[in-house]
Amino acid sequence: MDEIRNFSIIAHIDHGKSTLADRLILRTGVCDARTYKDQMLDTMDIERERGITIKSQAISLPYQARDGKNYSLNLIDTPGHVDFSYEVSRSLASCEGVLLLIDAAQGVQAQTLANLYLALEHDLVIIPVINKIDLPSADVERVIEEIETELGLDPGTHLKCSAKEGTGIDEILEAIVQRIPQPKGDPGAPLAALIFDAQYDSFRGTLIFCRVFDGSVKAGDTIRFMFNNSVYRVEEVGHFRLTRERREQLRAGEVSYIIAGVKTVSSVSIGDTITLDERPCKKPLPGFKEVKPVVFASIYPIASDDYEAVAEAVEKYKLNDAAFVYEKDSSAALGQGFRCGFLGLLHLDIVQERLEREYDLSIILSVPSVRYRFTLKDGTVLSVDNPAHYPNPMTIAASEEPYIRASMMMPDKYLGSAMSLCIEKRGVNSNLHYTSPGRAELTFEMPLAEVIFDFYDRFKSMTQGYGSFDYDLIDYRASNLVLLDILVNGEKVDALSQIVHRDRARARGVLACDRLKDEIPRQMYKIAIQGAIGGEIISRSTISAFRKDVTAKCYGGDITRKRKLLEKQKKGKKRMKMIGSVSIPQSAFLAVLKSDTD
Amino acid sequence: MNKEETSVPGLYIHIPFCKRRCGYCDFYSVTDTRLITGFLDALFKEIDKYREEFREFDTVYIGGGTPSLLSLDQIKALLDKIRHAFTIPFDAEITIEVNPADWGKNDLNKARDIGINRISIGVQSFNEKELIFLGRRHNSQQAMCTIQDAVDAGFHNIGIDLIYGLPGQTFQQWQESLMKGLSLEPAHLSCYELELKPHTPLGLRSEKGEFRLSTEDARRDFFMRTSELLEASGYIHYEISNFARGMDKASRHNQKYWDHTPYLGLGPSAHSFNRQRRWWNHESLHDYISNLEGSLLPVGASEELTGEQLRLEALFLGLRTRKGIDLVQYQSRYGYDLMEEKGPVLKELSRTGLIEIGCGRIRPTRSGMAVADSLALL
Repeated sequence: MDEIRNFSIIAHIDHGKSTLADRLILRTGVCDARTYKDQMLDTMDIERERGITIKSQAISLPYQARDGKNYSLNLIDTPGHVDFSYEVSRSLASCEGVLLLIDAAQGVQAQTLANLYLALEHDLVIIPVINKIDLPSADVERVIEEIETELGLDPGTHLKCSAKEGTGIDEILEAIVQRIPQPKGDPGAPLAALIFDAQYDSFRGTLIFCRVFDGSVKAGDTIRFMFNNSVYRVEEVGHFRLTRERREQLRAGEVSYIIAGVKTVSSVSIGDTITLDERPCKKPLPGFKEVKPVVFASIYPIASDDYEAVAEAVEKYKLNDAAFVYEKDSSAALGQGFRCGFLGLLHLDIVQERLEREYDLSIILSVPSVRYRFTLKDGTVLSVDNPAHYPNPMTIAASEEPYIRASMMMPDKYLGSAMSLCIEKRGVNSNLHYTSPGRAELTFEMPLAEVIFDFYDRFKSMTQGYGSFDYDLIDYRASNLVLLDILVNGEKVDALSQIVHRDRARARGVLACDRLKDEIPRQMYKIAIQGAIGGEIISRSTISAFRKDVTAKCYGGDITRKRKLLEKQKKGKKRMKMIGSVSIPQSAFLAVLKSDTD
Repeated sequence: MNKEETSVPGLYIHIPFCKRRCGYCDFYSVTDTRLITGFLDALFKEIDKYREEFREFDTVYIGGGTPSLLSLDQIKALLDKIRHAFTIPFDAEITIEVNPADWGKNDLNKARDIGINRISIGVQSFNEKELIFLGRRHNSQQAMCTIQDAVDAGFHNIGIDLIYGLPGQTFQQWQESLMKGLSLEPAHLSCYELELKPHTPLGLRSEKGEFRLSTEDARRDFFMRTSELLEASGYIHYEISNFARGMDKASRHNQKYWDHTPYLGLGPSAHSFNRQRRWWNHESLHDYISNLEGSLLPVGASEELTGEQLRLEALFLGLRTRKGIDLVQYQSRYGYDLMEEKGPVLKELSRTGLIEIGCGRIRPTRSGMAVADSLALL
C-alpha cells in the first residue's frame, strides 16, 4: 500500500484538466506518441466533441519516483455537471488527494471553488497546480495570491506547469507521491470496496469500478453488494491501464475493476459497498445514496416503423446507464414509445444523442416533466410524471410538486440578479452567507420544475460562469397546478402538454406558442398553434404557409440549384415528426420550456 | 406518346450580353458588346464539340442575356451552324428572347424568314414607373409595338414575360399590366414573382432597407388571383409561372426541363442534362472563350445523379406542372411506387386540396402550385 496514490484532477471548465491527464499518461509511458490522441480518457465521441466528461474513468499510472521506488498512481477522472454530482462525490470518496488545477490567465473561477469544497468535504489533500504558465497573459503572481485569499490554501504549496508544453509535469508526479498520503486500510480485514462507477462491456457484462478500502478480493471469490443485497462470483479482477490489465488479486488501497458476471449496469448501484459473502464487513462504507431520476420524458421514433428498433436500443442503452429508467408508453399524437426518467436535462440530452448516434435512430422526446403528486377526492394518491396522465381536474383534492434546496456560490456582485432569478422561479426561504469576503453562498427553496428547465443556463450566464450551483430534493409541497395543452391546427398534441403552476399558466402558454412558431418551419399550409387550459384557449400563434421563390424559373435548365435546396430541406425534415399534417422538429419539444431571455 | 413528351433533346443557347443589367436579374451576362464576335467564334467551336454526343434537337431556345442584341445576320449564321451540325426537324420549335427596345418590324420579319417560329418578349410590366424600378431600358409603348409587330410579322407563337409583386404594387396595378398584355392576345404568358436575389442592385437596395416586398400572404394572393384571372381568360395554367392559350402553345422547350428530357446548353453558365449527369459551363465569358480556344470543353462542373436525386427531381419538376406526374411512368423510370410508399401523405395532401389523385396521375391544384416546392418534400 505504500506505493499506491489515489487522486483526481478537479478544475473549472477549460482550465486544462484533460490536457494534464493526457500529459501524465504520456509521461508515465502508459502510451507512446504513436497511440496518443487528445482527451485520452474521454472515450465516447460525445465527450470528445463537447469537451466534457460524462462517465468516470480510471487509469493506473506506473511511476518510478526520485526515491527510487515504483509507485502506482491511480487517476480517477470525473464528470463535471450537476446532473452527475453524485458520481463525482463517489469518485472523490475513492481518492486521498486532488490536483486543483487553475488557469494562470483566468485565475480562480466558480468551479475551482465549488470543486475545492467538494474535495474538502472528503478530507482530501489538495495540491494547487497553476496551469498554462506558457500563455502570454499568464499572471502567476496574482493566481498565487488568489490561492491564499480566495481558496484559503497555503500559497507555498502551489506547483506550476504547462500541460500543453509538458513543463512542470515531473514536479507534479513527485508531489503526488510525496504529499498525497498512501491509502489507509487493513488488508487483513473483511473486504470493503466502494463502487464509484460501472460500465457495460458487451463481451464481459458489467465492469465494476471500485476502490478497495479494506481486505482483498480475487477471482473465484463470492462477493455481495450490501445495498442491493445480491451475490456474484468474481470472474476477473484487475487494474486500469488504457486497457484492462488482469491481476491475481485486489488489495486494500487499490483502484480497480471487478468482473463478476453482472448482466446489467442497473444491477450495480454507485456508492454501494462490495464485501465478501462468507466474511462480510461489519457495516457498509458511508455516503450511499440511491440515485433517482427527477426529469421524465417520453421517447418516440420519428418513423413509427422504427418502434422495434427504438425498443431494442433503449434496452441495450439501459445496460450501460443505471440512472436511466424507462417503461412502455403511448401517445395519441406520437404513437408507441417509452416513458423515461433522467437525472437532469443534460443527462436527457446525452441519452437522446447517444441513442441517435450509437443506434442510428431518429427519435422525438416529449416535453420533459418532473413527478407531481395528486390526492384525489376518494383518497387515492397518484404520482404523475406524464402530463398525459393528469387526472380529471374535478376529482383532484390536492396537488403537490417537488421542492429542492438550491445552493449557489458566486462573487457577491451577482447576488442581486441571482436573487431575482430565484424569486422569478418561485423561490422561497432564502439564506445568504459569505464564505469569504466578496464571495457569497445563497440558498433558496424552489420548485424542482422551475429549476430543471432553463434555470442552470440562465444562472451560469448571469454570473458569467462564476456561479456554481447544486441542489438537493427536500420535499413535496402543495401547489396549484393545471394542465396546459397545445393544439396544432386544432389537434391536441399530448407530447407538448405540460403541468404548470396556475399563476404561470398564461405566460407559459404564450411562451410555448411563440417558441413553437420559431421552431416549426413553415409548411404547405397555414398552421395555427394554440395553448389551452381545460377548454379555454389562452394563447395562439400562426405560421404562414411556405412558398418562397416558387415561381422562379429553372433558368437555362439549372435544376441543380433548386434540387440542392430541396435536398437540404428534406434532410432537415427527416428529423421531424408528422403530427396530423404538420411536421414538428425534434427541437420544438424542448424549446417550449425555454424562456426567450437567452 | 404525344408531342409534349417526345424524348428528342432540346438545345439552349445562352447569349451572355446585355446593354445594361436589370435590377432584379442574377443570370450571367456582360455589358461589353464588343466581345460578341469572339463569343460567337467560341460558341461555334462548342457546337462542334457536341456533334457526336447529340444528333438531333426538336427545340432550340436562344436566351440570355439579351439575344436581340445580336444582328439578324449573326443569328442566321448561328442557326445555319446549328442546322449544319445537328438534325433540326422542319417543325422544331425555335424560340428567341427579344427585348422590346431592340427589334422593329424589319428585324422581326427577318427573324421569321430565318426559321424562328416562337418569340418570347421580355415586357415585365406595362407600367412606366415599374419599368424604371426594374431597370428596363424600354417603355410600355415599345412593348406594345413589338408585340404588334411580331403578330404582323406572322408569328403565331408569341409569349410575353411579366413580373409581379413589386414593392408597393397593388393587385389593381398588376391587373392593369396584365390586361394590357391580354388585349394583344399573346399565345403564351409567363408571370414571375419578383425575387430579391443577393448581389443584384435591387437585392442590395432592399438589404439597405430602401423597400420591402409585400408579405408572403399577399404574394400568395397575387399568385392565386393571377391564375384565376388568366384561366378565366382562356389560358391554361400549365406550369407554376406559365400560361398558354391551349397546350399546343405551351413552350415545348421548357417542358423538357420539367419532364427529364435531355437537353444541351451552350454558352457561358448554360446547363445540360443527359438523364445521368448534369453539367454546366463556366459563369465567365473569359473562361468560356479561353477554354474553347484551347480546344477544351468550357465545363465548370458536373454531377452524376443518383437514383434518389433523379426521383426527387422528377417529383418537384413534375409537381410544377398542371399535368403532374404519371404514376406508372414514374415507377418505371425511377423504380419507386409513389402511392405505395407515400400513400398516406398523398391522401392527406389530396384531402387538404393541394393535389388531385386520379387517372393514374397526381397533379397539383392551384393552391398546390403555390407551395409546389414543399409538396416535393412529402
